[in-house]
Parts: sequence; C-alpha cells; structure tokens
Amino acid sequence: MSAKTLFDKVWERHVVHQIEGGPAVLYIDQHLIHEVTSPVAFKGLDRRGIKVRRPDRTLATPDHNIPTMGQELPIKEELSRMQVQQLSENCKKHNITLFGLGHKYNGVVHIIGPELGITKPGMTIVCGDSHTATHGAFGSIAFGIGTSEIEMVLASQCLFQAKPKSMRINVNGKLGKGVTSKDIILYIIAKLTAGGGTGYFVEFAGDTIRSLSMEARMTICNMAIEMGARGGIIAPDETTFEYIKGREFAPKGEEWDKALAYWKTLPTDEGAKFDIEYSFDAADIEPMITYGTNPGMGLKISQNVPSDEPNKQALEYMGLKAGDSMIGKPIDYVFIGSCTNGRIEDFRAFASVVKGKKKADNVTVWIVPGSKQVERQIEAEGLKAIFEAAGMQLRQPGCSACLAMNEDKVPAGKYSVATTNRNFEGRQGPGSRTFLASPLTAAACAITGKITDVRTII
Amino acid sequence: MEKFQTITSSCVPLNIENVDTDQIIPARFLKATSREGFGDNLFRDWRYDNENKPKPNFVLNNPAYSGKILVAAKNFGCGSSREHAVWAIYDYGFRAVVSSFFADIFKNNSLNCGLLPVQVSDAFLAKIFKQVDADAKTLLKIDLENQKITIVATGESEPFEVNSYKKECLLKGYDDVDYLLSLKDKIEAYEKAH
Ligand code: SF4
Repeated sequence: MSAKTLFDKVWERHVVHQIEGGPAVLYIDQHLIHEVTSPVAFKGLDRRGIKVRRPDRTLATPDHNIPTMGQELPIKEELSRMQVQQLSENCKKHNITLFGLGHKYNGVVHIIGPELGITKPGMTIVCGDSHTATHGAFGSIAFGIGTSEIEMVLASQCLFQAKPKSMRINVNGKLGKGVTSKDIILYIIAKLTAGGGTGYFVEFAGDTIRSLSMEARMTICNMAIEMGARGGIIAPDETTFEYIKGREFAPKGEEWDKALAYWKTLPTDEGAKFDIEYSFDAADIEPMITYGTNPGMGLKISQNVPSDEPNKQALEYMGLKAGDSMIGKPIDYVFIGSCTNGRIEDFRAFASVVKGKKKADNVTVWIVPGSKQVERQIEAEGLKAIFEAAGMQLRQPGCSACLAMNEDKVPAGKYSVATTNRNFEGRQGPGSRTFLASPLTAAACAITGKITDVRTII
Repeated sequence: MEKFQTITSSCVPLNIENVDTDQIIPARFLKATSREGFGDNLFRDWRYDNENKPKPNFVLNNPAYSGKILVAAKNFGCGSSREHAVWAIYDYGFRAVVSSFFADIFKNNSLNCGLLPVQVSDAFLAKIFKQVDADAKTLLKIDLENQKITIVATGESEPFEVNSYKKECLLKGYDDVDYLLSLKDKIEAYEKAH
C-alpha cells in the first residue's frame, strides 16, 4: 500500500460515490449552520417538500449579526432579528439542536464545535462560512460552502467536491518571546501571498506546530483560507486527544477507545507525496502586523511599510506611505475576539499584558468572547476584573466587529487593531481601516494607544 | 429545477466588460431570507437613480430589448462569490447568459441554479452584438443538447463547452440536490457501514 497523507485518508473514507471524470460525492459528518447563510437553503427544502436528512448531524447557533450588548432584549435591527428568528423556526421544524441567543452553549460557530467536543479528528465538517477551516486543527477535512451547497447537505448529508491539490507547510524551531500562532500564520500568508494557496488543501506540520496548544493550532487553520487554500489540517496527536477528552459531546468509555484507535491511524505516512511543500524557520518569525487591505499584506512589526507599486491603492485606503514605520502609528480601536482569536487562551494572553495597566485614552477597546463558555471562564478566572481595572469593558459573545453586521462598527477613517482574520476595505464597517495582529500585540496597542511591539513592554 | 429546453429568444445586450457581482446585486440586498425577489434589484444601481427612477440609458430600461438571454462582454460575474447574483439574473427571467469569458465561481453558481452560461469566442460575441445593434429583435437559438448557439437570421453558429454531468442535470431538470437524493441507496449503505 502506498504512503498516504492525512488528507487522503480522511477523504477516501468519506467518498460515497465517484462521478466519472467529475467530482466526488462526499459524506458530511457534521454540518454547522448559522442565521445568515441558511434561510434560503431551508426554503429550498420546503419547496421540495423534504426534511433535513440528519438533524442529529446538524447543529445551529446564531452568531453573525447578533448584538454584543443587551442580548437579553429583543434584537433592535429588524432584518437581523428576522434572520435569528427564522433560524429558530427552521431548527424547530426540522428537529435540529439550536444553541440560541443566551443559551449556555451559544457562541461563534467555529468556537463552539471544538469546545463542546463535537469537532473531532478524521471527520468531514462543513458550514456556510469560509472560516470553517478552523476545525482542520483536529485532523478533519473542514471547509466553507455556499447556500446551494448548504441545501445539498441538509437534504442528503452529502456534497460534491473535486479533490484539491496537496500542500505541506513545515515550521520548525523555537518561537521567540512575544511570538504566537497568529504571528506564524500571518508570517506564512505574507510569504505565500493571499492567493498562494489557491487550489490546495494545506497540512501544517513541523515541531513548532506540534508544540502548540489546540487553541493555537485552530488560529492557524482558521486563516488557511486567507491564502486562498480550501482549508488547513493538522495531524491529531496527544495534545488533540487530551483536549477532546471529557468534553460534553466527546465519545465516552468504549466509544472513546474505538475512536482513539481510528484517530491514531490518521497522521500522514512517512514518504507520502505532496504536490508542493514549504519550510519555515520559527526563529525568523516576529510579532506580525498587516499594513494593507488583504491578509497577505503583513510584515514584522519592526519593519517599515514596503514601497512597491502594486500596494498603491491599499496604502491610499489605509492612509499610509511607503517607508512609514508601523511602530508608533496612533490607533482608535482595539478588537479582541472572533473565531481566529476569541478563545480563553487569547483572553489570558491579552490579560497578561493589560494586568495592572490602564488603556490609553484615545482607544476604544471591544472585548468580545467567542462563546458563552469563554465568557464564563473569563469571569471565573478573574480576567474580567483585570479588564475592568484597565478601563475596558467585556461584551457578550458573537462575531461582532469581525464583519460588522451588528452595531459594532469601526467608523470611516478610523484605525483598528483587530485579532480577526480579514482586513478588507470596509470589513469592520464602511471606510474602517484594520491592522490584523495577535492578542498580545492588540493588548500592547490598547495600553499605549499606538502600534507597539509587545516585546518592549513585557 | 426547471428542465432546460432549447431556447429561441431575442436577447438583451449588455456590452460592458468585467461586470462584477456587486453590480449585479449590491451587498445591501443580501440580508433577505428568500431566493425570490432578487430580480427587482438586478443591476439596481445601474438601473435606478437615487430617487428610484429608472435610468433611461440602461439597457434593461430600453423597451426595444427583451428576452430570456443576456449577452454580456467578457469576464462576466467576477468579484464576490455571492450566489445571490445568479438568483437575481434568474429571477428577472433570464435562462442563459452569453459571454466570451465567465468568472469561475459565477459559472459554477449558475450551473447549480439552472442558468446556462454560454461561453463563445470573442469574434462570435462581436457578431452577436453587431446583429443585435442592427435589429433589436434578433433571435438567438441555444441548443444545449447539441451544445450549439446560432444567430437565427444569418444561420451563423458556434459550438460551446459544458461539463457533461452538469449538462445532464440541466437537460433533465435535475439539480445537484435531486441528483444527491437519487443516490439514496448508496448514502444509506454508507451510513450503515460507518
Ligand atoms: S468571527 Fe468572523 S470569520 Fe469567524 S465566523 Fe464570525 S464572521 Fe466569520
């Protein structure tokens, strides 16, 4: 038997049917849905007069357009309220588990899957949201889909997929002080560009990746999509098993042993071939920040804005000039949250910098937990008290200023340092200007009111 | 999905290159919870002015042109992947779009929704525009079975490509969901085995 990659093993196990000369029909183990991309798909089922095939493999949570203050109250914005309401009705009608607004398990769809033990190795996971790639950190094939595809999965629990090409990215060596997994992925995307992974599914490997916690690994897979890749995947290991064990929906007893035996067969075989492979040295990575309007436009925080011509439009939008130093640039907003960096470790890191200090007067800080569970943990661990002492307010969970579909919008022309994944024009509100960075860097900026190298204050 | 039958129809010429999906359906209309009704906002900002009055210069507002076929210049459907763009075109009443190049995602989305993208050569596209210029009622015939598009008045024709699986779906009026549902036995067997 020839050597296989992790991706190939999971893929082959899920092919229900191969169309000759066409795509494969893949079985989907877990379908996650939210309020914005699912309503039209449910309408499609109604029109056909059919039910959801596997409600037990479908899970719903409203997250994209919900408010992050006053969630106890009815949602003010009418269209958002309608979408959330429709999600509840559709779930009820089709017997789908819904962790609605205020529910103890509610949260951003890519945060709650892992924290509830629903996301596990060797699965196929889809959701109508491109950052579904997050779940790849467990050694699953996970990717975002469109509305017609949501309807396909609801109806048949299957999906058409052409097999992507394979890429492996190895990161080896020890990370420097103040350097996190967010910096690793921003570094990789800056090297390969925002389109460098188009057509590929990327396995992240190497001893640096191995040394990361599950939460840190999720940050990396989350942003695989930002280099154009279909998704990212990391081989499951003891860290993975340790993380899953004992979680609400994780397998127990005999089931656990059986699952574990399967998971252990998954890592890429020695000698398996990838279509393309890259290697990076962890020692070369510094705290990173983006300066432009796509996630590939990132640099080491100590570097100056590059001068090349193709950046012209982006620099104009960002109000930056070639040769400008990034450090010292005044900012207006700091946002920590999202499915990229909205987990408990992110808030711990943020708090470690903020502790005993005050936020700068010129900065508005939005602290938005990725889920209700994370929110409770922030309170229980005393992080909320640290934030409040620093003059920062803890908000309620949701996607919030990651895509600004709710009220949390950065005003036109203002600068935001965000722990999210997209710095597109207008992403955080019409005219908003976003610098992507790690929670540590975001904390340093919140304290000083300008772009700051976190290594100078820890 | 409706079966795709051979269309013989007049067409609407949109001689603009690089039409992006933001123009086809602006972002502010994406919060709807239904697939229908997008036709009203198709090319919204080209079609209507700030007071919602039709702009007389835009081709959809010109009563001389009508039909089930939209003819557009090259690189049609680029930009955001929103499927709503296809829904808007379909809902308006078009069943085929002819261009000399389509953006990838738009093409896939179209095929998923029963809208046929017909990719022709630059030369043939120029011929169509010229003929429609001369006579607004020019008929085009799109024969999916034989993968051929013809300018009825002159008899000139050109073959076009279409993925054989998708062709089958369109001709039978199957969409992907129907196809997947037809695999019921295989899916059940898979579920039993895993
Ligand atoms: S946090 Fe942002 S990227 Fe993540 S699911 Fe929500 S909107 Fe998408």
